[in-house]
Amino acid sequence: MQALLPEFERANPGVHVQVQQIPFTAAHEKILTAFVGGSTPDLTQLGNTWIPELVALEAVEPLGKRVAGSSLAPSQFFPGIWATNEIDGEVYGVPWYVDTRLLFYRTDLWTQAGVARPPRSWEEWREDMRRVKALPGPEHYAILLPIDEWAQPVVLALQARADLLGDGGRRGDFHDPHFRRAFEFYVSLFAERLAPPLGNAQVANPYQQFADGYFASWITGPWNLSEFRRRVPPERQGVWTTAPLPGVAEADYPGVSLAGGSSLVIFRASEHKDAAFRLVEFLAGVRQQVEFYRLIGDLPARIAAWDDPVLTGEPHLRAFREQLQHVEPMPRVPEWERIAWAIAEAAERVILRQQTVDRSLDQLQAEVDGMLAKRRFLLDRPARGASP
Amino acid sequence: MSASAAAPLRPSRREARAGLAFIAPALGLILLFFVVPVVAGFLLAGTDFDIYAIGDFSTARFVGFANFAALLRDPVFWKALGNTFYFVLVGGPLSVAVSLGAAMLVNARLVRLKGLFRTVYFAPVVTTMVAVAVVWRYLYHPRFGLLNQILALLGLPDVNWLGDPRWAMPAIILMAVWKNFGYNMIIFVAGLQSIPTTLYEAARVDGAGPWQQFRRITLPALRPMLVFVAIITMIGYFQLFTEPYVLTGGTGGPLNSTLSLVMYMYKQGFRWWNIGFAAAVALVLFLIILAGTLVQMRLQRERE
Repeated sequence: MQALLPEFERANPGVHVQVQQIPFTAAHEKILTAFVGGSTPDLTQLGNTWIPELVALEAVEPLGKRVAGSSLAPSQFFPGIWATNEIDGEVYGVPWYVDTRLLFYRTDLWTQAGVARPPRSWEEWREDMRRVKALPGPEHYAILLPIDEWAQPVVLALQARADLLGDGGRRGDFHDPHFRRAFEFYVSLFAERLAPPLGNAQVANPYQQFADGYFASWITGPWNLSEFRRRVPPERQGVWTTAPLPGVAEADYPGVSLAGGSSLVIFRASEHKDAAFRLVEFLAGVRQQVEFYRLIGDLPARIAAWDDPVLTGEPHLRAFREQLQHVEPMPRVPEWERIAWAIAEAAERVILRQQTVDRSLDQLQAEVDGMLAKRRFLLDRPARGASP
Repeated sequence: MSASAAAPLRPSRREARAGLAFIAPALGLILLFFVVPVVAGFLLAGTDFDIYAIGDFSTARFVGFANFAALLRDPVFWKALGNTFYFVLVGGPLSVAVSLGAAMLVNARLVRLKGLFRTVYFAPVVTTMVAVAVVWRYLYHPRFGLLNQILALLGLPDVNWLGDPRWAMPAIILMAVWKNFGYNMIIFVAGLQSIPTTLYEAARVDGAGPWQQFRRITLPALRPMLVFVAIITMIGYFQLFTEPYVLTGGTGGPLNSTLSLVMYMYKQGFRWWNIGFAAAVALVLFLIILAGTLVQMRLQRERE
């Protein structure tokens, strides 16, 4: 990050950029407390699922006009990613880097099981996984789906075209047959013992276990590419690859995945909004995006950056490029992360045989409606002329 | 508050004022950093202060006891309450018993290298919780963990320690006791060393066996320490947080089986920003700890 700035400062005399680095896991709290304490920076990088929350706080500046008057255009970015920055028709952030989840799998094991290509539909996928599971050898599984993560059940729900929330984000929509279909598919993978009922805390070292063949595939994201290269033993490096996710039916292939990543936003309290936007524009430039990938390994949000040889020379990235054209944002309400966790817990209750699907979904619906009570109150109270 | 034998002279007003002036800085700090936050916490518990209210204060509503009513209806709260009591009622006595046992072993006349053992047993107390948790996660690993390998040697079936809702809390208790017992052990060692050896000699002359010596001499002599240790351990154990937080990656899973009251409060307050609701949880926890302490002190007074 620091390495990109001298060029910007040379091109913009009088502007000096001070960078503060914070670990991603602490960023959310740090930004919120900075906002409460009135000490927000001019701009920040923001996980794109946090944007709705900061928009609800009226902490971040709408950028629609500035984007329209700049060299940036929505069409330069992956559409699903750009959409995460739009709330009720206004733009609040510019994509900075992207991530999404797709299939990492052991080509040798899948070939050994007689599977010729990555799966394209749920049924084909299930059949492939059954074959991998049936391979001889010590206890092993076809796929790792950590039960304490919400991304996998949410991805499947998006693929099945579930809305997740209904009534303008006022209520959960978990009795919707589309959601139920995805939910049942997800939990059936555990009932059939194609996936182990383990959480991340118990897997401990997934790279080693992937290399050992304890599980033959894994739905995860680009942050693991470098980990795979580093932690999977050299003799196993040639036997894994990436593929886009299957869709519900073959016609849906590739299936959608999550539009993740980070955006750059400008705070309302900033006194240097013009200079801050010039920096946003600079950092979203194709050259800087390629450079950032080279330095850090984060995937560029600008489509044109993907034509650079630095990225085209990396075979595992091809599947990512394809997947990124099929990503969808999650519901853009501030309560989303909490709702997502409730979805994971609902699935966990069924996987660990505590509840039936019906009871679990009833509970999920009630919980989520409770979480959204304040939102309903705020949206439905008589307008006080304060809407931005 | 023992009255001294000599009747104290009544302080003059001047002296009283001077005294007040001397303690004023300390009082002021207590007022600012203790009384004000506590009162604010009580008030918050009666509101629905949340993420929206952080942005626009006018969206916070006074809701009276609605937070408490919602709390009592939330199955997750009861689960967390049950888990916390499980931890306190099983882990607490176990921890005190292990500390006492270790203290007696370390203090036994036949043991050599007492200093070494004391240091070794105390080492987990001063080790960083996160480092400890990483190691224990491997010990509990369902496939490669040392504990399961020992079980296999004994011909027992595998246990999915942190993945099975029935075993997750015992796993937390085991680790917590291992980590904490050294602290109480040191207190007990000090207590044991203050018991005159002549008492034991006299008892042996009278024909008392080791068990009788323990019942009739050691335990009564250690009573003040036992009370202190029991109360401190209980208060600490009610505030269970770090152990399940780091062992389960912050989830309190599986199926909330390791979710403690403090974790529940933390999640509500600092992950979902339901500050008003979290303040209500804090108030409930405060009342429980207060009640527990009062009960223990009352029991103690009755015995005396």
